[in-house]
Amino acid sequence: MARRVPAVVPLGRDAPSRFLPWIFALMVYLAVLALTGVLILHAAVERWQRGEVDTLTVQLMPLDGESEAARLVKLQDLLGEVEGVSDVHVVAQSETIDLIERWLGAGNVPADLPLPRLIDVAIAPGFGLDAESLAFRLQASMPGVSVDDAKLWLDRLADLGRSLELLAIAVVVLIGLAAVATVIFTTRMGISIHRNVIELLHLIGARDSYVAAQFQRQAMLLGLRGGVLGIVFAVATLYGLRHVAGRLETPLAPDIPVAHWAWGLLVAVPVATALIAMVTARLTALRELAKMP
Amino acid sequence: MVRFENVGMRYGMGPEVLHDVTFEINAGEFRYLVGPSGAGKTSLLRLMYLAHRPSRGLISMFGADVMLARRQELMDLRRGIGVVFQDYRLLAHLSALDNVALPLRVAGAKESQVQEHVSELLAWVGLADHIHALPESLSGGQKQRVAIARAVITRPRLLLADEPTGNLDEALGQRLLRLFEELNRIGTTVVIATHNQNMVARNPHPVMTLGSGELRVDPPIGKAS
Ligand SMILES: Nc1ncnc2c1ncn2[C@@H]1O[C@H](COP(=O)(O)OP(=O)(O)O)[C@@H](O)[C@H]1O
Ligand SMILES: [Mg+2]
Repeated sequence: MARRVPAVVPLGRDAPSRFLPWIFALMVYLAVLALTGVLILHAAVERWQRGEVDTLTVQLMPLDGESEAARLVKLQDLLGEVEGVSDVHVVAQSETIDLIERWLGAGNVPADLPLPRLIDVAIAPGFGLDAESLAFRLQASMPGVSVDDAKLWLDRLADLGRSLELLAIAVVVLIGLAAVATVIFTTRMGISIHRNVIELLHLIGARDSYVAAQFQRQAMLLGLRGGVLGIVFAVATLYGLRHVAGRLETPLAPDIPVAHWAWGLLVAVPVATALIAMVTARLTALRELAKMP
Repeated sequence: MVRFENVGMRYGMGPEVLHDVTFEINAGEFRYLVGPSGAGKTSLLRLMYLAHRPSRGLISMFGADVMLARRQELMDLRRGIGVVFQDYRLLAHLSALDNVALPLRVAGAKESQVQEHVSELLAWVGLADHIHALPESLSGGQKQRVAIARAVITRPRLLLADEPTGNLDEALGQRLLRLFEELNRIGTTVVIATHNQNMVARNPHPVMTLGSGELRVDPPIGKAS
């Protein structure tokens, strides 16, 4: 008795119904990747921007005929007197060589290469101390000193990040529009393929809303199926990326968060595709049916 | 219930296939529509089941002027009309049961009642063993009975049947005519287009005769054969 009522319009068997889920899967896949990109960039840009940079790097260039050790001590003393400097850490020369070896390769740093000494300086907030003012203070009493500021560089990075963010949002919107266009197209196709079934339904008194409901339900199912398929592939890809990113230990590289919002996205995307497909199919079907005699 | 006044009909830009058709059918009547092949019987029924608009004249169905009715109102009017199409028009992907159930489902009937009603009616027209058969596996006569069952399942106010017994043997044809008469007794108005003179003679009811697009109403019954 509880036999399933079969679809009145045999939409499940036509070509559009077979290819629609795959188109949707592809769109959802691309949209989720783009969306993830947006979220990651957004978090990173915020972090980069928050920088009120709290560390500066002071470089002490070697000067002929002067003892590095003595200059280093003097520089530390000077730094100790500057208001706003909360901590001073002299980077060991071996660490500096390590850094350079990353570029030149291990063992390729000539022993006689004149290397600067690097001193990390932690800045306490509230003193308005930046690279420029610190350099001004130090250079007065010590030649061969320069101060590096990561801020300018981070600002440019943040600008780039924001542009990429907008681009990714545009991509998501375009994918959404493409999805809507696809549903409009397949619904029209379905109506013309099943024209005689629809004519019969009209003859036995089916209202347009009843016929449209057939297309609407089918589009929703296909949208849901495609959405789930797409999100499965997307999540697999993201986990893969995260794994790769996890092996590269750069503090500036943003992590790919797979936390709470990711679960929200997981549910929201197929539901959104299903809804978009459903509403689009309904409106398209109603408009097309109204043209029939 | 059905009123035609000076109705003309043409297909597209083609010639007029019905001219100045005027008649009236009252609720509860049972009528035959006879005439040679090509006379316009199907065309006249098409006008009555609202598949076609007249090119001129006035048609009123259940008191509503068809020319003035909006699309959705036509759909509502059609739900009161059961039609046996000459070419059956069964949906190929649906079983006999689901084809017959269609008008009930379209009208929003409860699924629990649909199955029972439909199985009963299919058994009555002799298709108890073919309830789940697809149309392609049914003979012409069996398809015709499915089409008839679909037309009467909602107990429509008006039943229009286009050569409904053309593919049935004498005995089965009689049995289905009894079904139409039974429906007529409980209130359905019936119009049957046919060129089966035997049927008209054996089951006398008023006759409308179509000849080359013109209608003569209610000639004495003997003259039709
Ligand atoms: N779909 C159609 N398009 C054009 N002409 C048609 C169409 N259907 C029927 N006709 C024409 O209308 C006339 C009446 O046909 P029809 O109503 O089918 O007659 P009957 O049912 O009495 O055999 C015929 O001349 C036929 O050629
Ligand atoms: Mg005919």
